[in-house]
Amino acid sequence: MGEPGIHHAKGSGHPLPEKQTLTFALVGNQNCGKTTLFNRLTGSNQHVGNFPGVTVDRKEGTILGHSNTAITDLPGIYSMSPYSSEELVSRNFVLEESPNAIINIVDATNIERNLYLTMQLLEMDRPMVVAVNMMDELTGNGGSIDINKMEAMLGVPVVPISAAKNSGVDELITHALHIAHYQEKPVEQDFCCQGEHNGAVHRCIHAVCNLIEDHATRARLPLRFAASKVIEGDRHILDKLKLDENELEMLEHITLQMEKERGLDRSAAIADMRFSYIKKVSEECVNKPKESKEHIRSREIDRVLTGKYTAIPVFVGIMALVFCMTFNVIGAWFHGLLEQGIGLLTTVTDQALTKAGVNPVIHELVIGGVFQGVGSVLSFLPIVVTMFFFLSLLEDSGYIARVAFCMDKLLRKIGLSGRSIVPMLIGFGCTVPAVMSTRTLPSERDRKMTILLTPFMSCTAKLPIYAFFVGAFFPKHGGVVMTGLYLLGIVVGILAAFLYKGVLFRGEAVPFVMELPNYRLPSLRSTMQLVWEKAKDFLQKAFSVILIATILVWFLQRFDFHLNLVEDSAQSIMATIAGVIAPVFAPLGLGEWRICTSLISGFMAKESVVSVLEVLFDAQGGIQAVISTASAGALLVFSLLYAPCVAAVASIKRELGKKWALAVVVWQCVVAWIAAFLFYVIASFVM
Amino acid sequence: MTLNELKIGESGRIDTVGGAGALRQHFLDMGVIPGAEITLVKLAPMGDPMELRIHGYELTLRLDDAEKISITKIENIEHR
Repeated sequence: MGEPGIHHAKGSGHPLPEKQTLTFALVGNQNCGKTTLFNRLTGSNQHVGNFPGVTVDRKEGTILGHSNTAITDLPGIYSMSPYSSEELVSRNFVLEESPNAIINIVDATNIERNLYLTMQLLEMDRPMVVAVNMMDELTGNGGSIDINKMEAMLGVPVVPISAAKNSGVDELITHALHIAHYQEKPVEQDFCCQGEHNGAVHRCIHAVCNLIEDHATRARLPLRFAASKVIEGDRHILDKLKLDENELEMLEHITLQMEKERGLDRSAAIADMRFSYIKKVSEECVNKPKESKEHIRSREIDRVLTGKYTAIPVFVGIMALVFCMTFNVIGAWFHGLLEQGIGLLTTVTDQALTKAGVNPVIHELVIGGVFQGVGSVLSFLPIVVTMFFFLSLLEDSGYIARVAFCMDKLLRKIGLSGRSIVPMLIGFGCTVPAVMSTRTLPSERDRKMTILLTPFMSCTAKLPIYAFFVGAFFPKHGGVVMTGLYLLGIVVGILAAFLYKGVLFRGEAVPFVMELPNYRLPSLRSTMQLVWEKAKDFLQKAFSVILIATILVWFLQRFDFHLNLVEDSAQSIMATIAGVIAPVFAPLGLGEWRICTSLISGFMAKESVVSVLEVLFDAQGGIQAVISTASAGALLVFSLLYAPCVAAVASIKRELGKKWALAVVVWQCVVAWIAAFLFYVIASFVM
Repeated sequence: MTLNELKIGESGRIDTVGGAGALRQHFLDMGVIPGAEITLVKLAPMGDPMELRIHGYELTLRLDDAEKISITKIENIEHR
């Protein structure tokens, strides 16, 4: 175990003032238990936000029992190169927000790759402590780490921990507080090993350090970090340093000289320098087990889950099970419970309002507007929560990475990568969690494109619409119509994907360079925490939009232009607006105000298309007198494809911003209109 | 030979890493560097991408990208 205070020689001797809040950044690879450690460190004292400008989650919290601390959980990354938005965000956080100290978590069972990030963090010259996680797994397989030796070689405190078992975490906190308070920076940064390969890389780095020293100080960049990045050719850092032409020439000359001597190009030489040192650390400090139980187990599971013939059937089975549990069993049960609860609350409020003799219009607003509207949105909550529960189980266990691996070839044909399959499948259930789940996608481009495609996957809320029209118009062909609609959604989605690929998102999907972690039993604690976060998030953010929207729609349906309450909704503002829009739907054979009203209200929630139709037409017989069979088909096609409901649009707005959300609404309506029109023309000819 | 020509269970030592810019940097950052030993574990059910073992962990790579990495096959070591 590491003793505090061995490598604290470089301490400035000027501790931070007692009262100052100590800020920490938690940095580590993906799949190394970072989230588990963060939850251990902060308990429930955390909140999730966004890094400015990008949809990368920024989780912050306070270390348990130390109220004058603030810790930020940076995204899981492999390097400090500006490869993905996550990497750039993490790097800028450390450089610009200068946390008082870095807590670097590394996976003991995968030490070599994990230390690569550590090497780069050390160059950033911030006080740092290394937490070697999953020690229990390593020692359980007969491995060990000489912690003192590793401290000596890395020049920072190293603490063995097991975040899942909560061991070593207290010691980690003690070390972290100490180095942050006393500002003890890494002792060792010179990993370029003078002796190796005639010291070519060593000489190059030090020459570049001399060359750019003044510039780095002016740009407030850690010298050693800036030097190795400019040798790699990092544009962001080069821009910040503002070297003059002469210096740039010198830099190129030094680098070329190194490439010649070393026999490797610049990027490879720097990466090799880091890995060579890691190899030394690993050889001297780590006693690796031959093959861990966990790895053997993973290989056995993968025999089935990524097996040539079994992978896809198993995947279909697992997804079917998740859907069934979400939309039929667990989600549906909570949904029913919630509905009853809301019903009860509505009745009680209704009676109370009557008793108090409240103005009937306000009464109507509260019951008919707020309670009904917000109630219908609340009914999404159990579905979102259940879906996320299962998804986080699949994600944390390591299965989602396998799904991406198996599906990549297929998704690549439409310009996406394997990871996009999951949000799109969830889209068949509900667009809201589908859009929310795109956060796990590694690139901004894939994320945007996937979000734009999810509305094409027919969500379950549209099922009542299909059922209503099948009952009225196609009672004998229910199966064919339903299947046809789902397939149509997919086909139009694929066509849209080709369009997006060619126009909006040129170029290839991100290269599929991904880690397949060992399967692990997900921790219930982390899963529950995630589910709770999603629920809170959903309620807070979607609620505000939906509350306003429901009140607005209620108002439009209840009042006429003179702001008088109307008895018959045919006189309401809504009916008038629908009357104006009606001609737009005339070419589809749907130019009728009641149909238009139902489609507009479908924007609130797809189910309400049916409930509005039922109110306005009394019985199903009524609607058959108004529209033809071909129009009914066109209406179904339109319902399948037009703008997603407010809840979905709100979540799209959260991920992509106002402009994109508005574009989605308009675009989906246009696509739906064109498809419905084509259908109507063809169907009219045939019939 | 290039990495995509490796057969399941075979290993090679990386000679050069091709490609350019950010993608290449990402290869290097993930430990795909000249001199590293790499083993093909399996192919995805549809034949692409490939699952490889390097530095003691499993990495996926598409065949197109693997083509940019040249290796020397390691003949004498029996894996598994």
